[in-house]
Amino acid sequence: MSTVDRMSGAELHTLTGAYALYALPDAERGEFERHLGDCEACAVEVRELSETATRLGLAVSAAPPRELRDRVLREITTVRQESPSCGRRTRSAVSVQRTGRWPKFALAASLVAAAGFGGIAVWQNQVARDAQQEAHRAQQQSEQVARVLAAPDAKAKSSALKGGSKGTVVVSRSENRAVFVASGMEPPSHGKVYQLWFDDHGTMRSAGLINRAATSNTVLLDGPVDGASGIGITVEPAGGSVQPTSAPLALLTFPTA
Amino acid sequence: MKQAVHISEAPSAGPDLQELLDLVARGDQAAFAKVYDAVCGPVLGLVRSVLRDPAQSEEVAQEVLVEVWRTAPRFRASRGSAMNWVLTLAHHRAVDRVRSVEATTARERRAALLDRTPEFDEVTEQVESRLEREQVRRCMRTLSELQRQSVTLAYYRGLTYREVAELLSVPLGTIKTRLRDGLIRLRDCLGVSA
Repeated sequence: MSTVDRMSGAELHTLTGAYALYALPDAERGEFERHLGDCEACAVEVRELSETATRLGLAVSAAPPRELRDRVLREITTVRQESPSCGRRTRSAVSVQRTGRWPKFALAASLVAAAGFGGIAVWQNQVARDAQQEAHRAQQQSEQVARVLAAPDAKAKSSALKGGSKGTVVVSRSENRAVFVASGMEPPSHGKVYQLWFDDHGTMRSAGLINRAATSNTVLLDGPVDGASGIGITVEPAGGSVQPTSAPLALLTFPTA
Repeated sequence: MKQAVHISEAPSAGPDLQELLDLVARGDQAAFAKVYDAVCGPVLGLVRSVLRDPAQSEEVAQEVLVEVWRTAPRFRASRGSAMNWVLTLAHHRAVDRVRSVEATTARERRAALLDRTPEFDEVTEQVESRLEREQVRRCMRTLSELQRQSVTLAYYRGLTYREVAELLSVPLGTIKTRLRDGLIRLRDCLGVSA
């Protein structure tokens, strides 16, 4: 990761080929994608090189077995489609109903008892250190993280997750942001990703994905806290979902005191 | 050999694939069957070229095709062609699978990789596929040996550029550059525009 940090824009630009071929390690891919947002020339080149890679794919086309067609066409009749992701298209009637609700049983089953949390200051130092390391990769985000952690009204709530890992949420009402820290979390299984949600009193609002490769991580939740009463974490198909598709691994309510 | 026919657009990505995907995005299962017929061969071929194992390849191809159905509403024509969207998805899923397997068995497998070349010779009924294959093969020949090896190992074998560098005993910076200038040469040879 540190090799990426020191890269200049010009050096990053040479990664267009590796990126189009999906040949960057995860951390460098993330870094490069952030660079793409600021570099129109790179974005154009990536599109062209990606289309070129597609031609390489077309060149190894195979004749699929007939049964595969039957299986796929049968399977899709049972698979619900995603809604278009937010903001890209004009809002339609469909998009209004998009927010998800936890199934009631899941909510009851996975409500996590508030773990008493001592030594917040010590722990916050640890989080701040983690945040500092992250800063090399995502400086802006980490500054925001640091602001949340340093906020006078920052409050933390910690909870055991499945498999012996721990999740902690820090919320600052004055910053109107929240930070989630996971330690010892197993990477999600193939094709899956951990997704965070704000719990708007039972209605789930997406708050971003957790970097797939990470086992210890500090994540700034996407979007404002606003009226949310807590956060949830679920396992979703790669790329995330617009609403939860599985029972949450954990729900953490924000501390009120 | 006759001179290869130059086709400026990916032949299987006909103009209507994008329109079909738009219908699929609205839940049209009949349109999905047509999309399936257009993309299944390329999807399976690409996944198989990365994964090698036929049974596993079919399983991953099925996952990819169902994901095309599920996530069709996310497709944006402004970001690339429909075929690009589908094959990028297929490539990522196949490479993710090979990397998760390789994390355990690592290195020996990689030594064997150098001997393998992509299966350009597989029989296919479709004339378009044969033309496409001919053209890519012709353009591959215009690359330097290092460009060709780097692009092949990265794309068809799912290696990261770091792994390619290690495997070929070439500095990282050189591989980055070869992947880029190799692809640029292919782009120009194939007449790709975005």
